[in-house]
Amino acid sequence: MTQLYPFDNYWAHFGVFTVVVLVFALAGVMAFIYVERRGFGPFQLRMGPNRAGPFGLLQPVADAIKVLLKEDIVPTVADKVVHFLAPVVGFLPVLLIFAVVPFHEGHGLLPDLNVGILYVVAISSLGVVGVFMAGWASNNKYSLIGAVRVIAAMVSYEMPLVLSIIGVVLISGSLSMNAIVNGHDIPFFLLTPLGFLIFLVSAMAEINRGPFDMLEADSEIVAGFHIEYSGMKFAMFYLAEYGHALAMSAIAATLFFRGWVGPGAEYIGVLWFMVKTLIIFVLMIWLRVTFPRLRIDQLMGFAWKFLFPLALINLLIIGGEVVGFDGDIPWWMLFVNFAVAGVLVLVGSKSYRLGGGRVEVKV
Amino acid sequence: MKLKFEHYGKGLAKGLGVTFQHLLRHRITTQYPEQRLSVSKRFRGYELVWDKERCTGCATCAKSCLQGNIEIVTSRGEDENKYVVEKFEVDTGRCIFCGLCVESCPYDALFLSREYECSTYRRGELVLSRDQMERTEEKQVSGYFRPEVETGLPEQTLLLDKAGRKTQQLWQ
Repeated sequence: MTQLYPFDNYWAHFGVFTVVVLVFALAGVMAFIYVERRGFGPFQLRMGPNRAGPFGLLQPVADAIKVLLKEDIVPTVADKVVHFLAPVVGFLPVLLIFAVVPFHEGHGLLPDLNVGILYVVAISSLGVVGVFMAGWASNNKYSLIGAVRVIAAMVSYEMPLVLSIIGVVLISGSLSMNAIVNGHDIPFFLLTPLGFLIFLVSAMAEINRGPFDMLEADSEIVAGFHIEYSGMKFAMFYLAEYGHALAMSAIAATLFFRGWVGPGAEYIGVLWFMVKTLIIFVLMIWLRVTFPRLRIDQLMGFAWKFLFPLALINLLIIGGEVVGFDGDIPWWMLFVNFAVAGVLVLVGSKSYRLGGGRVEVKV
Repeated sequence: MKLKFEHYGKGLAKGLGVTFQHLLRHRITTQYPEQRLSVSKRFRGYELVWDKERCTGCATCAKSCLQGNIEIVTSRGEDENKYVVEKFEVDTGRCIFCGLCVESCPYDALFLSREYECSTYRRGELVLSRDQMERTEEKQVSGYFRPEVETGLPEQTLLLDKAGRKTQQLWQ
């Protein structure tokens, strides 16, 4: 347990592992950008970037160089200070999340927080402040609309997200990320399938990806909150977006896929963790490439009329199971939970209408 | 009242299925510089191809040109029956590739080519001289208005097939 903490000195430990986390986050983000752009190819019957380097592996590097060399343009009427600070405020919380993610048995890299998941939930929502600052400071109607939409989506989807996390916390009986990994022998995505579904959907909405990318809906508001950003500042937002995706995948892997647990976890626990993170991310790519963007009212309706009640009921059921089995849920309950999840999704689908009040034309 | 469940996500599952099937199909991208599709048999490509032997220097092509683009200067040579073409110039920068010169040629001495990479660094390079247009073995002649050429040309391809794709290097 102590082999990953070689430093007695507080500052040495802090300095070294901050650099490690930073490097992991940046390298991971570049890898994810490549995986997504490359992964979109086969889904859309095309190649994806394949010119820069072998298999296009250097494409993110080329992108980074291009974006660094671009001119940094600030609108004349922008709020200059806020405009400058927004990318930093947007990107920093994403980095902070990685401090508590347990890469290996025993602990997160920086601290070993006993309220790890609470910290993650608290920090990850801070990124939206940066987005709103960007939207406001740009002095552009599209960016403001995009930012306002982000706030609305964030407030709505934070609740099902947290409620689904609480279900996992209830079973494992701890807020520590490491204790959650060791919480049950069965991965939680099997034990609480509904919770995983709600978490995945809310997380995708929270990081504004896939069918929920309301904040930069290209066809409606051009590029949303970062319409007035270019060069390095734009790169920061881009990094923050993918960094958030990486963080959410890592958290999903930790909470629902047992993180570093796998055969030979003492030696290659980090590898297991990364593989699981990648699998979650590929799942997100698949969802993103398949579904068209939701309209803003559909987004709200989906959160409040479908996800939120279901998350509450899910929490109630899990709470009942934890109390009923005295904290130790037997493995066969996963079949019951799958059946209950199916029924709940079926019933929940009646709770909201499609079309948002428009008249449906019967053919 | 009969309960009907319609929106429980079967559409979502169907959509996911469709994109998953895309993973198993071969990709439709043609990687242009390495892979090329074969153009239409009657493709009206860049540059004209001029058959020196057949041309009599009648200048019908120059008269038919909408752009007034073809410049032809002839002189009376030693052979009484035939003019010698001294200057034959086409500015392809102004050419609209209508093919009227090819259609009007009474001796079938003018052809369009199948070439399509026509970008140059200078406008002046677009002006084709007599020697540049002269028909040689390696010049690809289009079947436009020349049925006897058309029969020998390969079929047009719209997509690369799976087999053709496997044999070629896709990236370096």
